[in-house]
Amino acid sequence: MDVKLVNPFINATINVLETMAFIDVKAGKPYLKKDSVAVGDVTAVLGLTGVANGTISVTFEEKCILTVVSNMLGETIKEINNDIADAVGELTNMISGQARRELGEMGRVLKAAIPSVIAGKNHSIIHYTTGPKIAIPFGTDNGNFTIEVCFER
Amino acid sequence: MDTSIRVLVVDDFATMRRILKNILKQLDFKNLVEADDGTTAWEVLEEQSIDLIISDWNMPKMSGIDLLKKVRASDKYKKTPFLMVTAEAQKQNVLEAVQAGVSNYVVKPFTAEAIFEKLDKILK
Repeated sequence: MDVKLVNPFINATINVLETMAFIDVKAGKPYLKKDSVAVGDVTAVLGLTGVANGTISVTFEEKCILTVVSNMLGETIKEINNDIADAVGELTNMISGQARRELGEMGRVLKAAIPSVIAGKNHSIIHYTTGPKIAIPFGTDNGNFTIEVCFER
Repeated sequence: MDTSIRVLVVDDFATMRRILKNILKQLDFKNLVEADDGTTAWEVLEEQSIDLIISDWNMPKMSGIDLLKKVRASDKYKKTPFLMVTAEAQKQNVLEAVQAGVSNYVVKPFTAEAIFEKLDKILK
């Protein structure tokens, strides 16, 4: 997989979370993910087509997403519910949009599908393409989240 | 800025509608209506009188750009301010929206100040 496809998603993730949820986000070291078990409690998956076909996923630990969505909506959310699922989908949409803008400026145009959301302990993430899954962990003061980027070989 | 006007907020994500409505309420807009896709938005536009449309681009059924084209083709709304608030941030998207007659364009993620600045411009 072309690693140049990954960096825009890291930049976009930091920008989206800091702008919409007012939290500091630190990116950890990317790694090759071998299994399909989510590193967290709620995930949005979004398909991408264009210069390369693939998917991205964004998975939040419960504590992290409750803080993020509470900050976004200006009210305290105490459990993973429909509001959380909706917000994770929209955050993923925004991350995709920002990353695609950066990639577009590099001449790599991608189109995005509408994200789908899965929640629950130890849920699986299906990426639909057979390429390597690059996982990037992110830390905040209120828990962690991980994005996975997977493009076909 | 006249905050007594009737505003239609269109986005398929309820979270985004709530964020936008919170910002509009902070700016003292009181008459807020919402729709979760372009088709529902068009039904609202036909049934009611709307003074400002704030719409997402990428939605099921009818997209924001198709809603914009429909709005600009109608006698009732051809001059109504239309603010596109979208994650579709590539140059060709902005160009297409401008050609279709969008009043202004905000890229997600955004700050409340960015929404205020754009509304201040298009409602003057």
